[in-house]
Amino acid sequence: MPTIVFIEHTGATHRVEAPVGQSAMQAAVNAALPGVLGDCGGSCSCATCHGYVDETWLSRLPPAESTEVDMLDCALDVKENSRLTCQIRLTQDLDGLVIHLPNSQI
Amino acid sequence: MSSEACAIIVGAGHGGSELAVALRDQGWAGRIVLMGNETPLPYHRPPLSKAYLAGEANEQSLLLRAEAAYERAQVERWFGVRVEAIDRARHQVTLSDGRELQYHKLALATGGRARTLPASMLSQPCGNVHVLRTLADAEGIRKQLSAGARLVVIGAGYVGLEVAASASKLGLNVTVLESAPRVLARVTAPEISAFYEQAHRQAGVDLRTHMQVEQLEMDSQGRQVQSVRCADGSVFPADLVIVGVGQLPNVELAQAAGLAVDNGVVVDEFTTSSDPDIVAIGDCSNHPSALYGRRIRLESVPNALEQARAAAATLCGKSKAYNAVPWFWSDQFDLKLKMVGLSQGYDQMVLRGEPASRSFSAFYLQGRRVLAVDTVSRPQDFMLAKRFVGERIEVDPAPLADESVSLKSLLPTSH
Repeated sequence: MPTIVFIEHTGATHRVEAPVGQSAMQAAVNAALPGVLGDCGGSCSCATCHGYVDETWLSRLPPAESTEVDMLDCALDVKENSRLTCQIRLTQDLDGLVIHLPNSQI
Repeated sequence: MSSEACAIIVGAGHGGSELAVALRDQGWAGRIVLMGNETPLPYHRPPLSKAYLAGEANEQSLLLRAEAAYERAQVERWFGVRVEAIDRARHQVTLSDGRELQYHKLALATGGRARTLPASMLSQPCGNVHVLRTLADAEGIRKQLSAGARLVVIGAGYVGLEVAASASKLGLNVTVLESAPRVLARVTAPEISAFYEQAHRQAGVDLRTHMQVEQLEMDSQGRQVQSVRCADGSVFPADLVIVGVGQLPNVELAQAAGLAVDNGVVVDEFTTSSDPDIVAIGDCSNHPSALYGRRIRLESVPNALEQARAAAATLCGKSKAYNAVPWFWSDQFDLKLKMVGLSQGYDQMVLRGEPASRSFSAFYLQGRRVLAVDTVSRPQDFMLAKRFVGERIEVDPAPLADESVSLKSLLPTSH
Protein backbone atom coordinates (compact mmCIF):
# COMPACT_ATOMS: atom_id res chain seq x y z
CA MET A 1 0.00 0.00 0.00
CA PRO A 2 1.43 3.40 -0.90
CA THR A 3 2.30 5.83 1.84
CA ILE A 4 1.60 9.56 1.79
CA VAL A 5 3.66 11.87 3.97
CA PHE A 6 1.52 14.72 5.28
CA ILE A 7 3.35 17.58 6.93
CA GLU A 8 1.26 19.91 9.08
CA HIS A 9 1.99 23.62 9.13
CA THR A 10 3.56 23.04 12.55
CA GLY A 11 6.06 20.65 11.03
CA ALA A 12 4.42 17.59 12.58
CA THR A 13 4.77 14.75 10.10
CA HIS A 14 2.36 11.87 9.52
CA ARG A 15 3.00 8.84 7.35
CA VAL A 16 -0.35 7.55 6.17
CA GLU A 17 -0.86 4.30 4.30
CA ALA A 18 -3.77 4.27 1.93
CA PRO A 19 -5.03 1.93 -0.77
CA VAL A 20 -4.40 2.52 -4.47
CA GLY A 21 -7.35 4.46 -5.89
CA GLN A 22 -8.17 6.34 -2.71
CA SER A 23 -7.84 10.11 -2.77
CA ALA A 24 -5.21 11.86 -0.69
CA MET A 25 -8.05 13.79 0.96
CA GLN A 26 -9.82 10.62 2.12
CA ALA A 27 -6.53 9.23 3.41
CA ALA A 28 -6.04 12.39 5.46
CA VAL A 29 -9.61 12.36 6.77
CA ASN A 30 -9.34 8.69 7.73
CA ALA A 31 -6.18 9.50 9.63
CA ALA A 32 -8.02 12.43 11.29
CA LEU A 33 -5.29 14.85 10.28
CA PRO A 34 -5.91 18.42 11.28
CA GLY A 35 -5.83 20.71 8.29
CA VAL A 36 -7.94 18.71 5.81
CA LEU A 37 -11.72 18.86 5.79
CA GLY A 38 -13.08 17.58 2.49
CA ASP A 39 -16.62 18.73 3.20
CA CYS A 40 -18.09 17.92 -0.19
CA GLY A 41 -16.84 14.37 -0.03
CA GLY A 42 -14.41 14.75 -2.90
CA SER A 43 -16.71 16.12 -5.56
CA CYS A 44 -14.48 19.18 -6.19
CA SER A 45 -17.17 21.48 -4.80
CA CYS A 46 -15.72 23.09 -1.69
CA ALA A 47 -11.91 23.56 -1.76
CA THR A 48 -11.58 22.54 1.90
CA CYS A 49 -9.14 19.75 1.06
CA HIS A 50 -6.49 22.13 -0.18
CA GLY A 51 -2.88 21.01 0.19
CA TYR A 52 0.56 21.99 -1.08
CA VAL A 53 2.27 19.22 -3.00
CA ASP A 54 5.99 19.07 -2.30
CA GLU A 55 8.05 20.52 -5.18
CA THR A 56 9.77 17.18 -5.74
CA TRP A 57 6.43 15.53 -6.47
CA LEU A 58 4.44 18.23 -8.22
CA SER A 59 5.36 17.32 -11.78
CA ARG A 60 4.75 13.62 -11.15
CA LEU A 61 1.03 14.18 -10.62
CA PRO A 62 -1.44 14.24 -13.46
CA PRO A 63 -2.25 17.92 -14.04
CA ALA A 64 -5.32 19.48 -12.48
CA GLU A 65 -8.44 19.50 -14.63
CA SER A 66 -10.31 22.74 -15.27
CA THR A 67 -12.83 22.46 -12.42
CA GLU A 68 -10.03 21.94 -9.89
CA VAL A 69 -8.04 24.82 -11.39
CA ASP A 70 -11.06 27.10 -11.12
CA MET A 71 -11.88 26.06 -7.56
CA LEU A 72 -8.25 26.51 -6.51
CA ASP A 73 -8.13 29.98 -7.94
CA CYS A 74 -10.38 31.15 -5.14
CA ALA A 75 -9.15 28.95 -2.29
CA LEU A 76 -7.32 30.30 0.75
CA ASP A 77 -3.55 31.03 0.47
CA VAL A 78 -3.07 29.51 -2.94
CA LYS A 79 0.48 28.89 -4.10
CA GLU A 80 2.17 27.43 -7.18
CA ASN A 81 2.08 23.95 -5.71
CA SER A 82 -1.53 24.06 -4.50
CA ARG A 83 -3.78 21.12 -5.32
CA LEU A 84 -7.16 19.92 -4.11
CA THR A 85 -6.24 16.65 -2.46
CA CYS A 86 -9.58 15.05 -3.32
CA GLN A 87 -8.44 15.08 -6.93
CA ILE A 88 -5.18 13.25 -6.25
CA ARG A 89 -5.77 9.51 -6.68
CA LEU A 90 -3.15 7.25 -5.18
CA THR A 91 -1.15 4.93 -7.35
CA GLN A 92 1.81 2.72 -6.41
CA ASP A 93 4.03 5.25 -8.23
CA LEU A 94 2.99 7.91 -5.75
CA ASP A 95 4.36 5.94 -2.81
CA GLY A 96 6.09 8.51 -0.60
CA LEU A 97 4.12 11.49 -1.94
CA VAL A 98 4.71 14.52 0.28
CA ILE A 99 1.90 16.99 0.89
CA HIS A 100 2.13 20.05 3.12
CA LEU A 101 -1.06 21.05 4.90
CA PRO A 102 -2.24 24.60 5.44
CA ASN A 103 -3.00 26.10 8.81
CA SER A 104 -6.70 26.30 8.04
CA GLN A 105 -9.12 25.39 5.29
CA ILE A 106 -11.64 28.08 6.13
CA MET B 1 -13.95 18.58 32.14
CA SER B 2 -14.78 15.30 33.73
CA SER B 3 -13.60 12.09 32.17
CA GLU B 4 -16.76 10.58 33.61
CA ALA B 5 -18.98 12.77 31.47
CA CYS B 6 -20.87 11.04 28.70
CA ALA B 7 -21.92 12.69 25.45
CA ILE B 8 -24.48 10.81 23.41
CA ILE B 9 -24.96 11.64 19.75
CA VAL B 10 -28.25 10.42 18.31
CA GLY B 11 -27.84 9.99 14.57
CA ALA B 12 -24.78 8.80 12.69
CA GLY B 13 -25.08 10.63 9.39
CA HIS B 14 -22.93 13.48 8.15
CA GLY B 15 -23.64 15.63 11.24
CA GLY B 16 -23.34 12.92 13.84
CA SER B 17 -20.09 11.52 12.48
CA GLU B 18 -18.48 14.95 12.23
CA LEU B 19 -19.66 15.90 15.71
CA ALA B 20 -18.25 12.72 17.22
CA VAL B 21 -14.68 13.41 16.08
CA ALA B 22 -14.92 17.19 16.42
CA LEU B 23 -16.04 16.78 20.01
CA ARG B 24 -12.90 14.82 20.85
CA ASP B 25 -10.86 17.38 18.92
CA GLN B 26 -12.36 20.20 20.96
CA GLY B 27 -11.31 18.57 24.20
CA TRP B 28 -14.18 16.40 25.40
CA ALA B 29 -12.49 14.08 27.89
CA GLY B 30 -15.36 11.75 28.68
CA ARG B 31 -17.22 9.08 26.75
CA ILE B 32 -18.55 9.83 23.30
CA VAL B 33 -21.25 7.43 22.17
CA LEU B 34 -22.39 7.72 18.56
CA MET B 35 -25.73 6.03 17.96
CA GLY B 36 -27.35 5.42 14.61
CA ASN B 37 -30.28 3.40 13.35
CA GLU B 38 -28.47 2.36 10.18
CA THR B 39 -26.02 -0.53 10.25
CA PRO B 40 -23.12 0.64 8.10
CA LEU B 41 -20.46 3.02 9.34
CA PRO B 42 -21.44 6.62 8.52
CA TYR B 43 -21.29 7.25 4.81
CA HIS B 44 -21.64 10.01 2.19
CA ARG B 45 -25.25 10.39 1.08
CA PRO B 46 -24.86 12.64 -2.00
CA PRO B 47 -23.24 9.94 -4.14
CA LEU B 48 -26.23 7.64 -3.58
CA SER B 49 -28.09 9.31 -6.45
CA LYS B 50 -25.02 9.55 -8.64
CA ALA B 51 -21.79 7.54 -8.42
CA TYR B 52 -23.37 4.73 -6.42
CA LEU B 53 -26.16 4.16 -8.94
CA ALA B 54 -23.59 4.29 -11.73
CA GLY B 55 -21.68 1.47 -10.06
CA GLU B 56 -18.71 3.74 -9.41
CA ALA B 57 -18.95 3.60 -5.63
CA ASN B 58 -19.64 0.97 -3.01
CA GLU B 59 -20.23 0.95 0.75
CA GLN B 60 -16.52 0.99 1.50
CA SER B 61 -15.68 3.85 -0.82
CA LEU B 62 -18.61 5.86 0.53
CA LEU B 63 -17.52 5.87 4.18
CA LEU B 64 -17.14 9.33 5.65
CA ARG B 65 -14.14 8.12 7.56
CA ALA B 66 -12.51 4.75 8.18
CA GLU B 67 -13.38 2.84 11.36
CA ALA B 68 -9.86 3.55 12.59
CA ALA B 69 -10.68 7.26 12.73
CA TYR B 70 -13.43 6.61 15.30
CA GLU B 71 -11.12 4.30 17.23
CA ARG B 72 -8.44 6.96 17.29
CA ALA B 73 -10.95 9.50 18.61
CA GLN B 74 -12.29 6.95 21.10
CA VAL B 75 -15.81 7.22 19.78
CA GLU B 76 -18.03 4.31 20.80
CA ARG B 77 -20.34 3.14 18.03
CA TRP B 78 -23.83 1.77 18.64
CA PHE B 79 -25.20 1.17 15.17
CA GLY B 80 -28.32 -0.58 14.01
CA VAL B 81 -30.24 0.59 17.07
CA ARG B 82 -32.92 3.20 17.37
CA VAL B 83 -33.25 5.64 20.26
CA GLU B 84 -36.87 5.35 21.31
CA ALA B 85 -37.10 7.98 24.02
CA ILE B 86 -35.27 10.72 25.84
CA ASP B 87 -35.97 11.27 29.53
CA ARG B 88 -34.63 14.76 30.03
CA ALA B 89 -35.25 14.89 33.76
CA ARG B 90 -33.19 11.76 34.27
CA HIS B 91 -30.73 12.57 31.47
CA GLN B 92 -31.28 9.19 29.97
CA VAL B 93 -31.99 7.69 26.58
CA THR B 94 -33.81 4.42 25.99
CA LEU B 95 -33.02 2.31 22.95
CA SER B 96 -35.09 -0.04 20.83
CA ASP B 97 -33.18 -3.02 22.23
CA GLY B 98 -34.10 -2.04 25.78
CA ARG B 99 -30.75 -0.58 26.75
CA GLU B 100 -30.63 2.70 28.63
CA LEU B 101 -27.76 5.14 28.86
CA GLN B 102 -27.19 8.26 30.93
CA TYR B 103 -25.90 11.40 29.30
CA HIS B 104 -24.41 14.64 30.52
CA LYS B 105 -24.82 16.16 27.11
CA LEU B 106 -26.95 15.00 24.22
CA ALA B 107 -26.78 15.84 20.55
CA LEU B 108 -29.64 15.28 18.14
CA ALA B 109 -28.37 14.66 14.62
CA THR B 110 -31.36 12.64 13.51
CA GLY B 111 -31.56 14.14 10.05
CA GLY B 112 -34.63 13.50 7.99
CA ARG B 113 -36.47 10.74 6.25
CA ALA B 114 -37.77 10.63 2.72
CA ARG B 115 -41.42 11.55 2.42
CA THR B 116 -43.42 8.63 1.07
CA LEU B 117 -46.45 8.65 -1.19
CA PRO B 118 -49.82 8.89 0.52
CA ALA B 119 -51.85 5.71 0.87
CA SER B 120 -54.32 6.99 -1.71
CA MET B 121 -51.56 6.72 -4.33
CA LEU B 122 -49.94 3.52 -3.13
CA SER B 123 -51.70 1.41 -0.55
CA GLN B 124 -48.86 -1.00 0.31
CA PRO B 125 -45.07 -1.13 0.19
CA CYS B 126 -43.92 -2.54 -3.06
CA GLY B 127 -40.67 -4.03 -4.34
CA ASN B 128 -40.30 -1.77 -7.34
CA VAL B 129 -41.18 1.55 -5.68
CA HIS B 130 -38.40 3.30 -3.81
CA VAL B 131 -37.54 6.49 -1.99
CA LEU B 132 -33.90 7.45 -1.80
CA ARG B 133 -32.29 8.51 1.43
CA THR B 134 -30.23 5.60 2.70
CA LEU B 135 -27.66 3.19 1.37
CA ALA B 136 -30.26 0.43 1.73
CA ASP B 137 -32.63 2.42 -0.51
CA ALA B 138 -29.85 2.91 -3.07
CA GLU B 139 -28.93 -0.78 -2.99
CA GLY B 140 -32.52 -1.70 -3.73
CA ILE B 141 -32.67 0.75 -6.61
CA ARG B 142 -29.35 -0.21 -8.12
CA LYS B 143 -30.40 -3.85 -8.42
CA GLN B 144 -33.33 -2.78 -10.58
CA LEU B 145 -31.51 -0.41 -12.93
CA SER B 146 -31.15 -2.11 -16.27
CA ALA B 147 -30.80 -0.62 -19.72
CA GLY B 148 -34.18 -0.42 -21.39
CA ALA B 149 -36.16 -0.57 -18.16
CA ARG B 150 -38.87 2.06 -17.80
CA LEU B 151 -38.26 4.32 -14.85
CA VAL B 152 -40.82 6.79 -13.60
CA VAL B 153 -39.48 9.40 -11.21
CA ILE B 154 -42.05 11.20 -9.13
CA GLY B 155 -40.82 14.64 -8.11
CA ALA B 156 -38.35 16.91 -9.87
CA GLY B 157 -36.33 18.20 -6.95
CA TYR B 158 -32.63 17.45 -6.59
CA VAL B 159 -33.08 13.77 -5.79
CA GLY B 160 -35.52 13.17 -8.61
CA LEU B 161 -33.46 15.00 -11.21
CA GLU B 162 -30.18 13.41 -10.15
CA VAL B 163 -31.70 9.95 -10.28
CA ALA B 164 -33.21 10.74 -13.67
CA ALA B 165 -29.82 11.85 -14.98
CA SER B 166 -28.03 8.81 -13.58
CA ALA B 167 -30.61 6.36 -14.89
CA SER B 168 -30.72 7.97 -18.28
CA LYS B 169 -26.95 7.57 -18.58
CA LEU B 170 -27.39 3.89 -17.73
CA GLY B 171 -29.77 3.47 -20.66
CA LEU B 172 -33.12 3.38 -18.89
CA ASN B 173 -36.20 5.02 -20.41
CA VAL B 174 -36.85 7.78 -17.95
CA THR B 175 -40.01 9.76 -17.28
CA VAL B 176 -40.09 12.48 -14.63
CA LEU B 177 -43.44 13.65 -13.27
CA GLU B 178 -43.53 16.97 -11.43
CA SER B 179 -46.75 18.40 -10.03
CA ALA B 180 -45.51 22.01 -9.98
CA PRO B 181 -45.38 24.17 -13.11
CA ARG B 182 -41.61 23.79 -13.20
CA VAL B 183 -38.73 21.74 -11.81
CA LEU B 184 -36.73 22.85 -8.77
CA ALA B 185 -39.58 25.30 -8.13
CA ARG B 186 -38.79 25.53 -4.45
CA VAL B 187 -35.23 26.69 -4.90
CA THR B 188 -34.49 28.40 -8.21
CA ALA B 189 -35.68 31.02 -10.64
CA PRO B 190 -37.89 30.09 -13.60
CA GLU B 191 -34.97 30.59 -16.01
CA ILE B 192 -32.93 27.95 -14.19
CA SER B 193 -35.90 25.59 -14.10
CA ALA B 194 -36.29 26.03 -17.85
CA PHE B 195 -32.60 25.35 -18.39
CA TYR B 196 -32.73 22.11 -16.46
CA GLU B 197 -35.96 21.00 -18.11
CA GLN B 198 -34.32 21.46 -21.47
CA ALA B 199 -31.11 19.70 -20.40
CA HIS B 200 -33.06 16.66 -19.28
CA ARG B 201 -35.21 16.57 -22.39
CA GLN B 202 -32.14 16.90 -24.59
CA ALA B 203 -30.74 13.85 -22.84
CA GLY B 204 -33.89 11.91 -23.65
CA VAL B 205 -35.74 12.20 -20.37
CA ASP B 206 -39.51 12.55 -20.79
CA LEU B 207 -40.01 15.35 -18.30
CA ARG B 208 -43.61 16.41 -17.53
CA THR B 209 -44.53 19.34 -15.35
CA HIS B 210 -48.06 20.24 -14.12
CA MET B 211 -48.43 16.48 -13.73
CA GLN B 212 -50.24 15.35 -10.59
CA VAL B 213 -49.85 11.68 -9.80
CA GLU B 214 -53.09 10.06 -8.74
CA GLN B 215 -52.30 6.42 -8.34
CA LEU B 216 -49.66 3.78 -8.81
CA GLU B 217 -51.38 0.87 -10.53
CA MET B 218 -50.49 -2.67 -9.54
CA ASP B 219 -49.96 -5.60 -11.87
CA SER B 220 -52.44 -8.46 -12.09
CA GLN B 221 -50.81 -10.32 -9.19
CA GLY B 222 -50.96 -7.17 -7.08
CA ARG B 223 -47.27 -7.35 -6.19
CA GLN B 224 -45.46 -4.86 -8.41
CA VAL B 225 -46.41 -1.48 -9.72
CA GLN B 226 -46.86 -1.56 -13.46
CA SER B 227 -47.91 1.99 -14.24
CA VAL B 228 -48.42 5.47 -12.83
CA ARG B 229 -51.76 7.17 -13.49
CA CYS B 230 -52.05 10.96 -13.35
CA ALA B 231 -54.94 13.31 -12.70
CA ASP B 232 -55.25 14.25 -16.36
CA GLY B 233 -55.77 10.60 -17.26
CA SER B 234 -52.24 9.95 -18.60
CA VAL B 235 -50.84 6.56 -17.73
CA PHE B 236 -47.11 5.90 -17.70
CA PRO B 237 -45.97 2.25 -17.77
CA ALA B 238 -43.23 1.61 -15.24
CA ASP B 239 -40.84 -1.18 -14.33
CA LEU B 240 -39.42 0.94 -11.54
CA VAL B 241 -40.70 3.98 -9.66
CA ILE B 242 -38.54 6.31 -7.61
CA VAL B 243 -40.17 8.86 -5.38
CA GLY B 244 -38.42 12.12 -4.58
CA VAL B 245 -41.06 14.32 -2.99
CA GLY B 246 -39.18 15.85 -0.14
CA GLN B 247 -37.84 15.15 3.29
CA LEU B 248 -39.43 15.15 6.71
CA PRO B 249 -37.15 16.13 9.58
CA ASN B 250 -36.88 13.45 12.26
CA VAL B 251 -38.14 15.52 15.18
CA GLU B 252 -40.45 13.01 16.84
CA LEU B 253 -37.94 12.11 19.53
CA ALA B 254 -37.42 15.76 20.42
CA GLN B 255 -41.13 16.46 20.33
CA ALA B 256 -41.96 13.58 22.66
CA ALA B 257 -39.24 14.75 25.01
CA GLY B 258 -40.83 18.19 25.23
CA LEU B 259 -38.20 20.17 23.33
CA ALA B 260 -39.23 23.17 21.26
CA VAL B 261 -39.91 21.93 17.73
CA ASP B 262 -41.05 24.04 14.78
CA ASN B 263 -39.94 22.94 11.33
CA GLY B 264 -37.10 21.16 13.05
CA VAL B 265 -35.67 21.11 16.56
CA VAL B 266 -35.41 24.75 17.55
CA VAL B 267 -31.89 25.80 18.48
CA ASP B 268 -29.99 29.03 19.00
CA GLU B 269 -26.88 30.18 17.17
CA PHE B 270 -24.77 27.88 19.33
CA THR B 271 -26.90 24.85 18.34
CA THR B 272 -28.40 24.66 21.84
CA SER B 273 -32.02 23.53 22.04
CA SER B 274 -34.62 24.57 24.58
CA ASP B 275 -32.78 22.22 26.96
CA PRO B 276 -29.33 23.50 27.97
CA ASP B 277 -27.86 20.00 27.86
CA ILE B 278 -29.12 19.18 24.38
CA VAL B 279 -27.89 20.44 21.02
CA ALA B 280 -29.37 19.70 17.61
CA ILE B 281 -27.62 19.89 14.26
CA GLY B 282 -28.07 19.25 10.56
CA ASP B 283 -31.23 18.52 8.60
CA CYS B 284 -33.29 18.15 11.79
CA SER B 285 -32.43 21.54 13.22
CA ASN B 286 -34.22 24.87 12.96
CA HIS B 287 -31.62 27.55 13.55
CA PRO B 288 -31.32 31.34 13.31
CA SER B 289 -29.69 32.79 10.25
CA ALA B 290 -28.02 36.09 10.98
CA LEU B 291 -27.55 36.51 7.25
CA TYR B 292 -31.25 36.33 6.43
CA GLY B 293 -32.76 37.53 9.69
CA ARG B 294 -35.00 34.52 10.04
CA ARG B 295 -34.95 30.93 11.22
CA ILE B 296 -34.13 28.27 8.70
CA ARG B 297 -33.90 24.52 8.37
CA LEU B 298 -31.39 23.45 5.75
CA GLU B 299 -31.15 20.11 3.98
CA SER B 300 -27.49 20.40 3.23
CA VAL B 301 -24.31 18.47 3.89
CA PRO B 302 -22.12 21.56 4.46
CA ASN B 303 -24.65 22.82 7.01
CA ALA B 304 -24.56 19.54 8.90
CA LEU B 305 -20.78 19.64 9.05
CA GLU B 306 -20.53 23.28 10.09
CA GLN B 307 -23.21 22.92 12.75
CA ALA B 308 -21.42 19.82 14.02
CA ARG B 309 -18.26 21.87 14.52
CA ALA B 310 -20.17 24.63 16.29
CA ALA B 311 -21.93 22.08 18.52
CA ALA B 312 -18.61 20.48 19.44
CA ALA B 313 -17.33 23.85 20.59
CA THR B 314 -20.54 24.55 22.51
CA LEU B 315 -20.49 21.19 24.25
CA CYS B 316 -16.92 21.86 25.35
CA GLY B 317 -17.91 25.13 26.92
CA LYS B 318 -16.73 27.42 24.14
CA SER B 319 -19.02 29.93 22.47
CA LYS B 320 -18.70 29.92 18.73
CA ALA B 321 -21.82 31.17 17.00
CA TYR B 322 -22.79 29.31 13.86
CA ASN B 323 -23.36 31.69 10.97
CA ALA B 324 -22.03 29.97 7.87
CA VAL B 325 -23.37 30.88 4.45
CA PRO B 326 -25.69 28.13 3.20
CA TRP B 327 -24.45 26.34 0.13
CA PHE B 328 -25.42 23.25 -1.83
CA TRP B 329 -24.48 21.33 -4.91
CA SER B 330 -26.23 19.08 -7.41
CA ASP B 331 -24.58 17.20 -10.28
CA GLN B 332 -26.76 16.18 -13.22
CA PHE B 333 -25.19 14.95 -16.47
CA ASP B 334 -22.12 17.13 -17.08
CA LEU B 335 -23.75 20.07 -15.33
CA LYS B 336 -22.29 21.06 -11.99
CA LEU B 337 -24.83 23.17 -10.17
CA LYS B 338 -23.37 24.86 -7.09
CA MET B 339 -25.57 27.22 -5.14
CA VAL B 340 -24.83 29.78 -2.48
CA GLY B 341 -27.43 31.31 -0.21
CA LEU B 342 -31.22 31.31 -0.17
CA SER B 343 -33.03 33.26 -2.85
CA GLN B 344 -36.47 33.72 -1.30
CA GLY B 345 -37.53 37.35 -1.54
CA TYR B 346 -35.41 38.27 -4.54
CA ASP B 347 -36.70 41.05 -6.75
CA GLN B 348 -34.31 40.68 -9.67
CA MET B 349 -32.37 37.83 -11.18
CA VAL B 350 -29.30 38.68 -13.24
CA LEU B 351 -27.81 36.15 -15.62
CA ARG B 352 -24.07 36.10 -16.17
CA GLY B 353 -23.11 34.12 -19.22
CA GLU B 354 -25.32 32.23 -21.65
CA PRO B 355 -27.36 29.24 -20.48
CA ALA B 356 -26.94 27.79 -23.96
CA SER B 357 -23.21 27.45 -23.26
CA ARG B 358 -24.05 25.23 -20.25
CA SER B 359 -21.82 27.45 -18.10
CA PHE B 360 -23.46 30.45 -16.48
CA SER B 361 -24.48 31.99 -13.19
CA ALA B 362 -27.68 33.49 -11.83
CA PHE B 363 -27.48 36.22 -9.22
CA TYR B 364 -30.56 36.78 -7.05
CA LEU B 365 -30.70 40.40 -5.92
CA GLN B 366 -32.82 42.15 -3.36
CA GLY B 367 -32.23 45.77 -4.18
CA ARG B 368 -28.44 45.87 -4.55
CA ARG B 369 -27.80 43.04 -2.14
CA VAL B 370 -26.86 39.62 -3.49
CA LEU B 371 -29.12 37.18 -1.65
CA ALA B 372 -28.01 34.05 -3.45
CA VAL B 373 -26.23 32.78 -6.54
CA ASP B 374 -26.82 29.66 -8.62
CA THR B 375 -23.77 28.68 -10.66
CA VAL B 376 -23.81 26.09 -13.41
CA SER B 377 -20.36 24.71 -14.19
CA ARG B 378 -18.80 27.97 -13.00
CA PRO B 379 -16.65 27.05 -10.01
CA GLN B 380 -14.94 30.43 -9.84
CA ASP B 381 -18.24 32.29 -9.76
CA PHE B 382 -19.33 29.88 -7.03
CA MET B 383 -16.31 30.55 -4.83
CA LEU B 384 -16.65 34.31 -5.25
CA ALA B 385 -20.40 34.08 -4.70
CA LYS B 386 -19.74 32.88 -1.15
CA ARG B 387 -18.13 36.24 -0.48
CA PHE B 388 -20.83 38.29 -2.20
CA VAL B 389 -23.52 36.56 -0.22
CA GLY B 390 -21.69 36.11 3.07
CA GLU B 391 -20.39 39.65 3.24
CA ARG B 392 -23.68 41.13 1.99
CA ILE B 393 -21.78 42.91 -0.76
CA GLU B 394 -23.88 45.38 -2.70
CA VAL B 395 -23.64 45.54 -6.47
CA ASP B 396 -25.26 47.07 -9.48
CA PRO B 397 -26.90 44.53 -11.78
CA ALA B 398 -25.15 45.71 -14.95
CA PRO B 399 -21.57 44.67 -14.12
CA LEU B 400 -22.84 41.31 -12.87
CA ALA B 401 -24.26 40.61 -16.28
CA ASP B 402 -21.19 41.92 -18.07
CA GLU B 403 -18.59 39.21 -18.52
CA SER B 404 -15.92 41.75 -19.45
CA VAL B 405 -16.11 42.93 -15.84
CA SER B 406 -14.45 40.41 -13.53
CA LEU B 407 -16.44 39.43 -10.46
CA LYS B 408 -13.31 39.86 -8.37
CA SER B 409 -13.23 43.53 -9.30
CA LEU B 410 -16.67 43.98 -7.77
CA LEU B 411 -15.47 42.89 -4.36
CA PRO B 412 -14.44 45.60 -1.90
CA THR B 413 -10.66 46.07 -2.06
CA SER B 414 -10.31 46.35 1.69
CA HIS B 415 -10.35 42.55 1.83
